[in-house]
Amino acid sequence: MSWLSILALALQTAIGFQAAYHALAAVGLNLHFGYTGLSNFGHVGFMLVGAYGVGIAAERGWGLGVGILLGVGAAVVLGLLLGIPTLRLRGDYLAIVTIAVAEMLRLVANAGPSARLTGGARGFGGLSSKLGFYEHNVFEPRPGGYGIGESFVFSHQQLWAMLWTWGLTLVACLLVYLLVRSPWGRVLKSIREDEDAARALGKNVVVYKLQSFVLGGVIGAFAGMLIVLQAGAISPSRWIAPLTFAIYTVVILGGAGTIWGPVVGSVVYWFVIQFAEGVINNLWFDVSDTTVGALRLAIMGLGLMLLMVYRPQGILGSKKEMLAGARQ
Amino acid sequence: MHLPDALRSPRVLLCLVALGFLWPAAQAAAQDTSTQEAAEAKACAFTKVEAVEQYGGPLPPSIWGRLCQIQDGAAAYPAGVTITVSKDGEAIGEAVTDEGGVFVVELPGNGTYQVRLDEETLPEGFSLTDERFATLGAVKVTFGDQQAVFRMGEDTRGARDFEDYATTFAKGVRLGLILGVAAVGLSLVFGVTGLVNFAHAEMVTIGAVAAYGFNSAGLPFWLAVIPAVAVGAAFGAASDVGIWRPLRRRRMAMLSMMVVTIGLSIFARNILQIYFGVGSKQYTAASGQRESKLLVFRLTPNDRLIIVVCAVVLVAMTIMLRRTRLGTAIRAVSDNADLAASSGIDVDRIVLVVWALCGGLAALGGVLYGLTVNVKFDMGFVLLLSMFAAVVLGGLGSAYGAVLGALVVAIAQEMSGLFIDTSYKFVTAMAVLILVLLIRPQGILGKKERFG
Repeated sequence: MSWLSILALALQTAIGFQAAYHALAAVGLNLHFGYTGLSNFGHVGFMLVGAYGVGIAAERGWGLGVGILLGVGAAVVLGLLLGIPTLRLRGDYLAIVTIAVAEMLRLVANAGPSARLTGGARGFGGLSSKLGFYEHNVFEPRPGGYGIGESFVFSHQQLWAMLWTWGLTLVACLLVYLLVRSPWGRVLKSIREDEDAARALGKNVVVYKLQSFVLGGVIGAFAGMLIVLQAGAISPSRWIAPLTFAIYTVVILGGAGTIWGPVVGSVVYWFVIQFAEGVINNLWFDVSDTTVGALRLAIMGLGLMLLMVYRPQGILGSKKEMLAGARQ
Repeated sequence: MHLPDALRSPRVLLCLVALGFLWPAAQAAAQDTSTQEAAEAKACAFTKVEAVEQYGGPLPPSIWGRLCQIQDGAAAYPAGVTITVSKDGEAIGEAVTDEGGVFVVELPGNGTYQVRLDEETLPEGFSLTDERFATLGAVKVTFGDQQAVFRMGEDTRGARDFEDYATTFAKGVRLGLILGVAAVGLSLVFGVTGLVNFAHAEMVTIGAVAAYGFNSAGLPFWLAVIPAVAVGAAFGAASDVGIWRPLRRRRMAMLSMMVVTIGLSIFARNILQIYFGVGSKQYTAASGQRESKLLVFRLTPNDRLIIVVCAVVLVAMTIMLRRTRLGTAIRAVSDNADLAASSGIDVDRIVLVVWALCGGLAALGGVLYGLTVNVKFDMGFVLLLSMFAAVVLGGLGSAYGAVLGALVVAIAQEMSGLFIDTSYKFVTAMAVLILVLLIRPQGILGKKERFG
């Protein structure tokens, strides 16, 4: 691979579907972590229930509308279920319970006896025709796809999925923009800065936190639904804890507590990851797929640590407003 | 770690132990069906030595086995049953069982095969336990030949007696003690620094992987434990000096530090994966273990050793915390670091010691856990959720609480496997965790304080 094509592929990934759904999920997580100061370490759990809502509905032939309702409903229920016992406690409890429950949901979906409901370890395939997502595609199939050169190319299906995911990301960003400028959003920020002070001013802190938790979770569920719509299949192996922390990296990289941070973070994150992978593949020949996957995650983990230590405000954030600087 | 809280623990423990014994006893009394399962399994067991004997010479590359069913308490072998081996839908070979029920299907070489038993050819009186398993979907042949097992006769696995309950309970205690050894460091570190360390899982894995390294380099397993624990302690101490102490100096927020531990965890886990591979590996001491009876418990020699080692380590740690100057200092720092510092305790040194202790204990827990399951790069992460459940249940920051919580979580998890499908066992731990947070958020032995 030439350096130019590595660069082109990195750019393609940076605006591609993966970056898009990471951005969308990150908007939800940003509402939790960036604006309310909630340490939700199980965001992937919300994505999972959203995805399985759509997946199960499609498998049973209930259609996409029912699937979306199911996914949103499940995300709300999950948010309340996790939030009510933990949001009145210290932040570390929320972190522990969310990471544990997200992992538990994946294991339950994966377990053999759940196969009738979730398809077990294999999940469901061939959902595309049942979902009908690509039927309204405005992009015509074209040999060679859309794009420039050989690497910076998208298929018509990719473009359709990207259009929807980036579009929803935009909508979610606008929603967050309007919300955080409202009185409600100012309460959220005050909770992040000093929970006791907010309580002293007579705000019911737990209720605000719960609202933010459920809303961010529903945004995460939409990201999960789009993954199923794009792939036309669902399996439990995707919803692992590192996905949550990739989204964390995106939020922090872009700037936690900023409107466009998740979008910028996702684009930059995927550019860097894809570029690093291209370079590794180019320099180090007999490297297996599993090693590349592990290396990618190792780079992400190291990046998350370094970011948190050296630039907690990310690209767009101001250090003054960043949680890490604000509270001890 | 308050005295009155600690005094409460023996009573709680006693109650739990009593409950754990009474419940299965009542269950067993209700359905007194003595299992002959173990005896039957023995009667139908078939080894390679026997196979070679019956075949009359060394086995060719093949899939072999013996059909066997218990009839009137004695093993009976069906003759004339057709066994077909195929690969990717193409039939490779076929054999018919002889008078002794033995079949040997020759193969062209290693690979993954489907083995089918033709039920039409079964003589009268013989049947498969589960007809869905007339075809074994994926029999892997990696060493030239491989045994294929078809379970036959009525399923007796459902029936359980008191011994089964007792043994499951003992296995729960074993897992609980391992979990306690592994998790106590997590709680100690939280006590002295306030940090919830998600990278604790990787400390557990590092111990197990290091022990595997020393073990496969030729050191006997139980000797390899010592350097493995040293590696864990060194890793714990190094992570404090290299990462956590500088971050504490910067006065970094706890939430941000938690995210750093996550980054470290993912980084370390994937480096371990690259170094160790994705497969699971076994210690030399893990093979050739046979269960034997001790009172009502059926345990392997390893199980007993693990229980003894864990109990000794936990008692030693309790004595250290209660009776030595170091232990007193650790308790003082975890009570109030500023007050401890002003009474002349070197807080940084105590925190370093606690990190080393945490690393060493986590490594020991990992080594012992690796002895009960296999060593794998993500074994620590699998255990992490149970460790969190244990620590929260016992009370974040309480060392004794962590051990108590570990026992409760592990026993509940193992015992629940008797009543619900075993692939849902872990749900029990989570259910316990959420229930505790709803009812008693400070945990069984945790300090009462205002939470949120």
